[in-house]
Amino acid sequence: MKTDHHVILRVVAKPLIPIISLFALYVHFHGDYSPGGGFQAGVIIAVAVILYSLIFGITPAMKAVPPWFARSLSALGFIIFGAVGVWALMMGGNYLDYDALFNEEPGGHYGQHYGILFVELGVLFAVAGSMLSIFYAFAGRVTEIKDEDW
Amino acid sequence: MIDLILQLAPAWAEAHAPALIIVLPLLAGPISAFLPGSGRIAWIMTMVVTALCTLLSIILLAQVRSVEGGAVISYAMGGWAPPYGIEFRIDALNVLVLMLVSFIAFLTSIFGWPTIRAEINEEKRAMFFGAFQVCFMGLLGVAATGDAFNLFVFLELSSIATYVLVALGSGRDRRALPAAINYLLMGTIGASFYVVGVGFLYAATGTLNMADLAIQLQDTSGNRAVQVGFAFILVGLGLKAAMFPLHQWLPNAYTYSPSFVTAFLAATATKVAIYALVRFLFSVFSLEFIFEGASLALILTPMGIAAMLACSFQAIFQTDVRRTLAYSSVAQVGYMLLGISLGTAAGVSAGMFHLVNHALMKGALFMAVAGVVLTYQGTRIHDFAGLGRSAPWTMTAFAIAALSLIGVPLTAGFQSKFALVSALLASGWWWAALIVVFSSVLAVVYMGRILQAVFFKPPNNPQKRQKEAPMLLLGPLWVLALANLWIGINGNFVVGLANDAAQALFIGGVR
Repeated sequence: MKTDHHVILRVVAKPLIPIISLFALYVHFHGDYSPGGGFQAGVIIAVAVILYSLIFGITPAMKAVPPWFARSLSALGFIIFGAVGVWALMMGGNYLDYDALFNEEPGGHYGQHYGILFVELGVLFAVAGSMLSIFYAFAGRVTEIKDEDW
Repeated sequence: MIDLILQLAPAWAEAHAPALIIVLPLLAGPISAFLPGSGRIAWIMTMVVTALCTLLSIILLAQVRSVEGGAVISYAMGGWAPPYGIEFRIDALNVLVLMLVSFIAFLTSIFGWPTIRAEINEEKRAMFFGAFQVCFMGLLGVAATGDAFNLFVFLELSSIATYVLVALGSGRDRRALPAAINYLLMGTIGASFYVVGVGFLYAATGTLNMADLAIQLQDTSGNRAVQVGFAFILVGLGLKAAMFPLHQWLPNAYTYSPSFVTAFLAATATKVAIYALVRFLFSVFSLEFIFEGASLALILTPMGIAAMLACSFQAIFQTDVRRTLAYSSVAQVGYMLLGISLGTAAGVSAGMFHLVNHALMKGALFMAVAGVVLTYQGTRIHDFAGLGRSAPWTMTAFAIAALSLIGVPLTAGFQSKFALVSALLASGWWWAALIVVFSSVLAVVYMGRILQAVFFKPPNNPQKRQKEAPMLLLGPLWVLALANLWIGINGNFVVGLANDAAQALFIGGVR
């Protein structure tokens, strides 16, 4: 008899992970019409990776999404957020003034729309990266639980 | 001078200085965390950023002082007009804090490289500088913002970066880790008290903008929610500022963190929290509230005096130089709180003046200690024996700053203690003036123990080869030591700034 007790878990989790990631993007891009936004989307993306590491173990997860990548992601998110503000400064507005982003006529709303999306994208990266870094920092400390220990 | 600065500064820098001073370290922090190499490039970037922030703060100072009595610069973040949007509001009070923080950060980042190379692992150095810049950014943000909730965000940003910085001292001494976790718990409690207090104020007034809060609060003096909010904010910020019974996190954090971090934190972190406290006491709330007058008289005054006495005594019995200086820091916070709790313009001005001077002297003292750690690897008083002969330049600067801490004439400490005593006497608090003098005598004892070991005891280990701290460290150290002497001999510039700051609170200010 095979000793793999988790075959159902693995079969179910594998197709779920891409769907979870996709749902994260939905939560992000639909964030201006419904509850959600960058923070929630970032958490959901991190959850996808955390689920993967719970099912398949921390080592394969660290191979798929390395810790240095998670750290860089959070810093990149920080930089995206700040850079949108600098973009607005360059276009002659105040810091983070989305109305100035595209030099629109008064009454145009593209700036507000895309500005918040970019900023929230930065939040998404930062949150996903930080969540994963924290998870790796804790999970990486203990030894793997062997199959026999269940 | 002011006209010259305003002419030289480019127009974009003048218009956007309140935002740029935050944005520069905000962006440079994460970038420098990923710079390759042994951290040298990240260090150079840190120096450039802190230098630019110092320039921006000078531009802001020129703008504020270009109008008689002090202008107020308001910057609407994201183009949303206050009170709805987040406002950055620079007046004579916080421009002083901005200048102090960025100047100290510049000096410490120059001297930082040799000590960091000795104390931090190579692969962590770039991240270390990233965390330092985020901490620096948070402190500037607390000083610059005019929004009560935004202040909480910046306070937490700087604090979280600070916990990381303190924990990185574990390379030298493992006790840095419990110190950091202790600081984390206490700091988080302080921050949550603050945010609960802001929540109560928001519930009572429906606004978070400080200037608007001040107006809305005028006719709510009987409101319980406002009183509870005030109490929460006082305790929360008091914890961050190391007000007397809430200072337990400070001695360990200062003793075990990397030398560079200690020098920076001792000169800036508690100072910014005291600024925030002053901002809430005198411009969001005002002395017209009965409960505020009572809390000044019944809480701040006794706590300030208790800090001056108890922590000075504790400092006397320490065997570690950094611990002595840490307890002395809590005692000096007591002087500032005593000045503030007078509730008069002269008292607040003396408090702010002492705040600036204390940053300069503690910065110099901890830098000199960092030099000793670098060359002799010891921080006990015993390790300092005979250093006056083997490292005269480092120790002369140390002695100047120590005399300034005691309050010897011709030093900065004398000027601000004199201002404090005058303010106390003007209010008729002669007994408090006596306590200030007595506490200074205690300072003579605890600094005297160190100075005696340094200059009159034979060296422990005369064979030690490296004697003096490197030039990179001596430069900023002597800048601070000479600043102490300069303010002591001709303090008009800083006294003027502190007076303007107090005037901004009591006359024009936010109202």
